Amino acid sequence: MFGFSRPQAIAFLVMVVLVAGAPFVLYPVFLMKVLCFALFACAFNLLIGYVGLLSFGHAAYFGMGGYVAGYAAKAWGFTPELAILAGTIAGGLLGTVFGWLAIRRQGIYFAMITLALGQMAYFFCLQAPFTGGEDGIQQIPRGKLFGLFSLQSDLAMYAVVAVLFLFGFLLVHRVVHSPFGQILKAIRENEPRATSLGYRTDSYKLAAFIISCALAGLAGGTKSLVFGIATLTDVHNAMSGEVVLMTLLGGLGTIFGPVMGALIATAMENYLAQAGAWVTVIQGVIFIACVIAFRKGVIGVIADKLKIHL
Amino acid sequence: MFMILGYPAPLMFGQLLLGLINGAFYALLSLGLAVIFGMLNIVNFAHGALFMLGAFVAWGLLNFLGINYWAALILAPLVVGAFGVVLEKAFISRLYKLDHLYGLLLTFGLALVIEGLARNEFGSSGVPYPIPSILQGAANLGFMFMPIYRGWVVLASAIMCLITWLVIEKTSIGATLRAATENAPLVQAFGINVPRMITLTYAGGVALAAFAGVLAAPIYSVNPNMGANFIITVFAVVVIGGMGSILGSIVTGFGLGVIEGLTKVFYPQGSSVVIFVVMVIVLLVRPAGLFGKGA
Repeated sequence: MFGFSRPQAIAFLVMVVLVAGAPFVLYPVFLMKVLCFALFACAFNLLIGYVGLLSFGHAAYFGMGGYVAGYAAKAWGFTPELAILAGTIAGGLLGTVFGWLAIRRQGIYFAMITLALGQMAYFFCLQAPFTGGEDGIQQIPRGKLFGLFSLQSDLAMYAVVAVLFLFGFLLVHRVVHSPFGQILKAIRENEPRATSLGYRTDSYKLAAFIISCALAGLAGGTKSLVFGIATLTDVHNAMSGEVVLMTLLGGLGTIFGPVMGALIATAMENYLAQAGAWVTVIQGVIFIACVIAFRKGVIGVIADKLKIHL
Repeated sequence: MFMILGYPAPLMFGQLLLGLINGAFYALLSLGLAVIFGMLNIVNFAHGALFMLGAFVAWGLLNFLGINYWAALILAPLVVGAFGVVLEKAFISRLYKLDHLYGLLLTFGLALVIEGLARNEFGSSGVPYPIPSILQGAANLGFMFMPIYRGWVVLASAIMCLITWLVIEKTSIGATLRAATENAPLVQAFGINVPRMITLTYAGGVALAAFAGVLAAPIYSVNPNMGANFIITVFAVVVIGGMGSILGSIVTGFGLGVIEGLTKVFYPQGSSVVIFVVMVIVLLVRPAGLFGKGA
C-alpha cells in the first residue's frame, strides 16, 4: 500500500506507534511542534530530495499558512479544520505565483530567486495590516473541530496534529511513488533528457512546487493553532534555513529523514534555549559537518548500513 | 526651495546619494559573487558575513591596535582575504565535484557560524566606528549639502569596481582567470596552477566584500547583522544582472541602488521590496537576466 517497500512499511508502523504513544511519555506541546516541523520538512524534501529544486524561501509558505489560518480562526471565527484548510490554500496560492516565477531559472539561480521572493513575502508580512506587524496575531483560538470537539486540551489537539502529519507524510510518499513522482525524479537526474522524452518539465516542477508549498502552509497553519500565535519568526528567512537544516541532517531524498531531522533540530533548540546566539553557531557547524562529511544524513546512513531504502 | 516633480530637491538628492551608496555596496558585493561564481561555480552565501567581518576587523584594528581608517581600508581586506584562503582550503575545495547546491549550503553554514560568533561577542546592537577626521563635515554643492564621507564611499567604490574590471579584462592575470573560468583543465595543461588560482580568486572576491565592509563601517553601526540584511538583496541584484558580466554587475548594482533610493522618495513603503519587484519583472521579461548568457 502507498508504494511502501517491506522495510519502509515496518519503519512506518514503528513511527505510527511512536507518534501515538509519545504524548503519554513526553510533553505534548513539544511533540506537536516536532510534528509541525516534520510535516514542513517533508514538504520541503519533496522538492530538494525528489526534484532537485532547492527552495531557499520555504518559510514564506509556512508563515503565510500560519497567518491566514490564525486570522481565519480569530477574526472570521473559522472552525479549526477550515482555518487550517485556509492556511493550506494560502500556502498553495503563494507557491503557485512564486513557483511560476522561480522555475524560469535553474539550479543556483532558482535557490537565489526563491530566497529573494521569500524575503519579499517577509517584508509584506511586516507591513500588511492583517498580520499585526511586529506583534503578530496573538491569542488565536483552537476552537472546536467541526464545531463539535473542543481542542482546548493538548491531547485533543495532539490527535489532530498527528492525523494531519500522517496524512501529509503519506501524501508526499504517494506523490513520490506515483508515475508523476517518477517523472520528477527523471527531471532531477537529467532535465534535458526528460524534456526530450516529451515531458513538459516546467509543468511538473510547478506542480511539485505547489504541492510542497500547500503542505508547508498546512504545517504553518497547524502550528499557529497549536501555539495560538502567528509571528514574523515563521516567515523569516532564518526559518527557511532551519527547514533546510532539518532535511539535510535527517537525509535528503529519504522518506523518514525529514521527520528525524525535525525531531533532532527541535529537541536541540529546546535544550539550548538558554544558549542564545550559540544556537546559530551550532546550526552553522551542523550545516558544515553535514555537507563535508555527512551528506546522506542520519536516516541515509542508517539505511546504508542496513542496505535498505528508508 | 525648488522642487522636482513636486518633491523638495534636497530630499530627492539626499535619497539619490543614499541610493548610490547602497548601490556601491551592491556593486562591490555582486562583483565579488560573480568573480567567485565564475571560477569556483559556487554561490558564496558567506559573502554578507565576510562583508560584516571586514567592518569588524577595521573596528578591531582601530580599537586594539590604534590602526586608522586608511590603513584598515587596505589591511582589513587582506586579513579577510587570508581568512578566505583558509575557508577555501579547509572547506570549499572539498565540494568542487559535487552539485552546486552543496556549495550554497556549506557557505550558508559558514555564514551562520561567523554571524553567530559575532553576535555572541558584540550583541546585536553593534559598535560605532568614527568617520575619519578628514572626511567629516559636509560640502555645499549648491543644490544640496553632501556629507563628505558619503561622497567618498561612492567614489572609492566606483574606483575599486573600475580597478577590478581593469584587472580582469585588461591584464594578463585577468586573461588567465577568464580562460580558466571557461576551461580550467585546458589552462592547467598550459602549466598554470589552477587550484591556487581558484583559492586566490576566492580570497580576492571576499577581500572586495571586506573592502565594502570597511567603507560601510562609519555609515552603519558595525553590527553582526549588517551582512545578513544585505546579502539577500545582493542575490536579487545578481539574479537581475546575471553573473556572466563584470561590467553588468557594476551597472546593475549602482542602478538598483538608485532605484531603491528614488523609491524612498516617491513611495517609502515600497522601498524595502522594490529590488525584489524589479527582479520579478526581469524574470518575466528577460528570464536570463539583463546581462546573462542563458540560464
